[in-house]
Amino acid sequence: MTTTRQITYREALSEAMAQEMRRDPSVFVYGIDVADHKRIFGSSNGLVEEFGDQRCFSTPLSEDAMTGFGLGAALTGMRPVHVHMRVDFMLLAMNQIVNMLSSHYYGSGGTTPVPMVIRAVVGRGWGQSFQHNKTLHSWLAHIPGLKVVTPSTPRDAKGMLVSAIRDDNPVIFIEHRWFYDAVGEVPEGDGAEPLNGCRVLRPGKDITIVATSWMTVEALQAADVLARRGITAEVIDARTIAPFDVSEVVTSVQKSGHCIVVDNDWVHCGFGAEVAAQVYDHCYGSLKSPVTRLGFVPAPCPCTRPLENAFYTGATEIIRCVEEKLGLDQSDLSGENFFSYENKFKGPF
Amino acid sequence: MSAQALNRDLYRTVYLIRRAEEAIKENYLDDEMKTPMHMSMGAEAIAAGVCQALDRHDPVLGTYRSHGLYLAKTGESDRFFAEMYGRDTGMAQGKAGSMHLSAPEEGLIGTSAIVASNIPVALGAAFSHKQRNTGRVTAVFFGDGAIDEGVFWESLNSASLMKLPVLFVCEDNGYAVHIPAEQRHGYSDIAEVVSRFDCGVHRSESTDAEVIYTLTRDALADMSATGRPQFLHLKYYRYLEHVGVFEDFKAGYRPRDAFEPWLERDPVKVQREKVVGLLGEEAVAALEAEIDQQVAKSLEFAKQSPFPARSAVVEDVLA
Ligand SMILES: Cc1ncc(C[n+]2csc(CCOP(=O)(O)OP(=O)(O)O)c2C)c(N)n1
Repeated sequence: MTTTRQITYREALSEAMAQEMRRDPSVFVYGIDVADHKRIFGSSNGLVEEFGDQRCFSTPLSEDAMTGFGLGAALTGMRPVHVHMRVDFMLLAMNQIVNMLSSHYYGSGGTTPVPMVIRAVVGRGWGQSFQHNKTLHSWLAHIPGLKVVTPSTPRDAKGMLVSAIRDDNPVIFIEHRWFYDAVGEVPEGDGAEPLNGCRVLRPGKDITIVATSWMTVEALQAADVLARRGITAEVIDARTIAPFDVSEVVTSVQKSGHCIVVDNDWVHCGFGAEVAAQVYDHCYGSLKSPVTRLGFVPAPCPCTRPLENAFYTGATEIIRCVEEKLGLDQSDLSGENFFSYENKFKGPF
Repeated sequence: MSAQALNRDLYRTVYLIRRAEEAIKENYLDDEMKTPMHMSMGAEAIAAGVCQALDRHDPVLGTYRSHGLYLAKTGESDRFFAEMYGRDTGMAQGKAGSMHLSAPEEGLIGTSAIVASNIPVALGAAFSHKQRNTGRVTAVFFGDGAIDEGVFWESLNSASLMKLPVLFVCEDNGYAVHIPAEQRHGYSDIAEVVSRFDCGVHRSESTDAEVIYTLTRDALADMSATGRPQFLHLKYYRYLEHVGVFEDFKAGYRPRDAFEPWLERDPVKVQREKVVGLLGEEAVAALEAEIDQQVAKSLEFAKQSPFPARSAVVEDVLA
């Protein structure tokens, strides 16, 4: 039996990289500010000290070139892990990611894989506003040849990063910054988690809530409140956006008959639409209500707090949605104290 | 313009920028300005000198570190502080915050928090003005980190080729966040490299706003004589942490010793000494009192202003 212990999400990330760097000398970690004293919010702690500055280094501010650089290294025997402090900055590398990395293996007739990981952090709060808050997993998942994951627990942060590094495909690894302080059980050893399939975070029978990234936390809080009214919600972390395996969602919806997808992203043309379409394909006969999609308001993210609050969806909207679906009166939420980023999120989940 | 009037104007600007940022420092811990602050402290002479040399309505573009640029361009602080406080009366109803200040009516057509992303935008603005023969010059401000990016070199090349009236203003504090230029640049002298393009190059390490002003005038003269874009390489010292309102010498990536010589020739101090010589202590004190009052009033105005209505979140997405 593997032993586990409680560590933070950020420690889980550093641990995964250190473990793989120890195991495989071809793994290296690089990106803007990766090796400065702040170490990407502490998520690459200890790597320079242990592996030196040839295997963990900061780069010029050149996202596009440094992504192509990673591709070149990946094609010739290395396993690069490229880190971006925000998903938004990764956009400068879209040509390399979408035109080059994604199709290289296919275009080589299946001869040359691209074992590369791109870690990108999602920002939120404190007036991050519209150039520091994007998530874009749906966007990326649209492109064949890329894997896209959004781990939401320390255990998945470690296990999925380990697997991403070992994977022979380009993996876009999207981390919500609010998770960094979350504490949870993480195995001490290898800990690899598969890069496919959802994870049921909380079992239930009355309604299925599929959530991505930070929205898992909102969904769990909503489920707590609903449980007090005797409603059990099954909360499913989508966690692997591409390739997406809907089977756990299907099993759940066949039982509950109701499905809400809460995406940590804009709704239009988003992941929620994909899940909804697949649920309709598989569960048409068992649905008691249409699949509902929740997500960001269709606007760039505003800076000021009241509008930022309006921009994001969360536990309250999920509860209201469930109440409507089940034909219940609105419960009084005035006494609820849902997560606010003024308090660091502590978990455990 | 007389030396008195010029230097008085320059002092008004550097003092306003400093005073406004000191007010931010004093109030930031109250937690009401919920926006990441990238402070201009130490760089006041650049925004003041360059903007003074430009025509008031010449378009300018900047970065997330544009408190100085906004204040130099507009001279106003009501909508500035209201934006910091996220209020409806801010320059963008609080939607922009500290990182995305603009004042299109005064020529500040945009600032961006994505490094280097406004550099090519300046080319388009310059092209537009050139096509329409307006005689306007477009200035774009960016840091020494921005020149790491490919788009800087693409823009420099295109502006040189197309002879666009662009003034590239590189505000070089030697660091991109915490990484020094030596660890990011495969050359030692950016001005020398840029001079190989068909682009005028001017450099300074001065903290004297008047020196920056004169340098900019020289660049603009070269531009109008030759049609070439111009590159200003201007060194300064960033007084505070990359983002936030505190010093960060304890972090260990840059020594406090390096700060001391810059502090001795602090841009506000330098300009003050000069204007005291030209106008006398009393006149300078009166000017300062006026600006202190402007800032105090603006702070009050911001704090008293309402937040935008919730419905505003989806307004102005499409024109
Ligand atoms: C494209 C992009 N990459 C990375 C970042 C993160 N980042 C923000 S500011 C900064 C440093 C920029 O340094 P410099 O251009 O010298 O400007 P300064 O902050 O010193 O004014 C970095 C890396 C970003 N905002 N945009």
